[in-house]
Amino acid sequence: MANVRISALHKHYAGVHAVRGIDLDIPDGEFTVLVGPSGCGKSTLLRTIAGLEDADSGTIEIGGEIVNGMRPRDRDVAMVFQDYALYPHMTVAGNIGLSLRARRRPKPEIETRVRGVADMLGIVDLLGRYPRQLSGGQRQRVAIGRAIVRNPRVFLFDEPLSNLDAQLRDEMRGEIKRLHQDISTTMIYVTHDQIEAMTLADRIVLMRDGRIEQQGAPLDLFEQPATMFVAGFLGSPQMNFLRGRIVRAGDGAAVRFGEGETPLPFPPARALATVPGGGEVIVGLRPEHAGRGSGGAPPPGAVRIEAEIELVQPTGSRSYATFRLAGQPVLAELQAHDVSRPGERIPIDINLGRAAVFDPQTGKAL
Amino acid sequence: MAGPATTPPRARRRPGADLLRIACLGVFVIFVLVPLYWMVITSIKPTSDYLAVPPVWFPAEPTIVHYTAALFSYRGLDGLINSLIVASAATVLSTVLGTLMAYSMARFDTGGQHLAFWVLSQRFLPPVAIVLPLFLLFRGWHLYDTHVGLIIVYTFITLPLSVWMMYAYFRQLPRSLEDAALVDGLSRWQALWMVAVPLAAPGIAAAAVFVFVAVWTEFFFALVLTSRHAFTLPTVFRAFLGFQGAQYGEACALATTSLVPSIALGILVQRHLVRGLTLGALRG
Repeated sequence: MANVRISALHKHYAGVHAVRGIDLDIPDGEFTVLVGPSGCGKSTLLRTIAGLEDADSGTIEIGGEIVNGMRPRDRDVAMVFQDYALYPHMTVAGNIGLSLRARRRPKPEIETRVRGVADMLGIVDLLGRYPRQLSGGQRQRVAIGRAIVRNPRVFLFDEPLSNLDAQLRDEMRGEIKRLHQDISTTMIYVTHDQIEAMTLADRIVLMRDGRIEQQGAPLDLFEQPATMFVAGFLGSPQMNFLRGRIVRAGDGAAVRFGEGETPLPFPPARALATVPGGGEVIVGLRPEHAGRGSGGAPPPGAVRIEAEIELVQPTGSRSYATFRLAGQPVLAELQAHDVSRPGERIPIDINLGRAAVFDPQTGKAL
Repeated sequence: MAGPATTPPRARRRPGADLLRIACLGVFVIFVLVPLYWMVITSIKPTSDYLAVPPVWFPAEPTIVHYTAALFSYRGLDGLINSLIVASAATVLSTVLGTLMAYSMARFDTGGQHLAFWVLSQRFLPPVAIVLPLFLLFRGWHLYDTHVGLIIVYTFITLPLSVWMMYAYFRQLPRSLEDAALVDGLSRWQALWMVAVPLAAPGIAAAAVFVFVAVWTEFFFALVLTSRHAFTLPTVFRAFLGFQGAQYGEACALATTSLVPSIALGILVQRHLVRGLTLGALRG
């Protein structure tokens, strides 16, 4: 058990400046997810923490000890790889026990610990098998067993679920979360899947182009994204981004989404104080903040408009409907039976009170 | 992979096509096997039957006299022992050094492309270009006509082959297996020995067979660099083509004998060999 502290870390990988000055403090026992699009440097960062790559500059501390220049075996970290990386010529027991054999633990101890881990993961029956005789989910369990058998100070996961089919992925995600609750060791988990990040993390570190774009608790990032990039990356379907102009309307503010359009009352008054010259903004609206209007008046903070539905995508529990707001497409998350076919005109309540506002030049939240 | 229960569509062919296929394979088998048969048969024929017309397909009175002559009078046995010593040692050395070099090139990009190409380029050199300098150097270093001298030469001339075969093999082994081993607490040497080498075993076995066969059949360097002590099996065959005419029986007897180690080795590593030659494409 240990905390991990990374300061001013730089790393070139395959001719690319993959990690560009990362500062990161991961408290003991926390589940941190590094997430970002491919090529954002998250895997390189993880491999550098593991010691599989050397840092160009900056320091990595594990448990208060600087580990730069230390071999992977001396860092006392365990890693689960994307392709599982099981040794094909060893049985499951051999795979799980290799780290203990490398440390020359006595044989009875190895057997007991391997069995204990297999028991915990429900793979005791498989101990005598070879990796090629296992299913994807079983291989994944063996890879996790290999990591936990030696009680490392830190667990590193490199996209461990990306090779599994959707159903198995959901199942293993739950197991990894439960595993963290049971053993509460520091875990650093790399993924490009925002749902994995949201569901697993105590803290999300969202990376882009080798830098940290934003970090914090999953819901904080989701509800208060610092940039358009964060807002667009988290959430499925993606947040709608609408160009608009903030105008004064009596005491408050309104937003006009196109020339000649009626300005809609815009509750985020903070935007008004900080809008850059001309009042141009990008309004970020999550699909769940636009729904079918019903009853007399829209709920507080929302405005009701009438719109023609262009496209309907039912998922069973919800239907995603696309309409246009001043010519700009907006995806709304409706109840399953709110809309039956494209072309229908329905009332839509847009909750602008929950909208995010971004500077169109910098992409930063206002 | 198709299960054995389902009939593959290829099996449903017209009988004509099948016949043609069998005929082609038959011609090929005859082409390969008849010379071998003739060699074995000639080695036990009496001298009068060598060139008899019509040909003698099986001698009425088989004899082993050619074997004793070839092995003892012509010192074929000494050549066989020398060949075994030299080929085994060169195979082990070439495979071990080749494994280390290939692993280093594949994993750490040692020497970049230039070293990899330079290694291969050693095969472009005609043997005749280096045999005389080697002869002169070996005289000076007391390596002429010694096992050690031949082992050194064979190790180095087969190294490009073993390096390249294993380089290709190591390159397609997933790196993450060794990464996992390093994180699991193995040193780089342990990762090589406990993970990479077992997985590369088919490639290493294939390289070893190639090296062994290349050394076993090598004639030119052995001819120039040895004389009465370290001479190898192929050089013994010179003696059978003398002024008195060809000693077909002795030659065939020694040729038959010389096949035994190659065949034994082939059977020994057969399981690995096919996978090694396909460079792990069938890795399951």
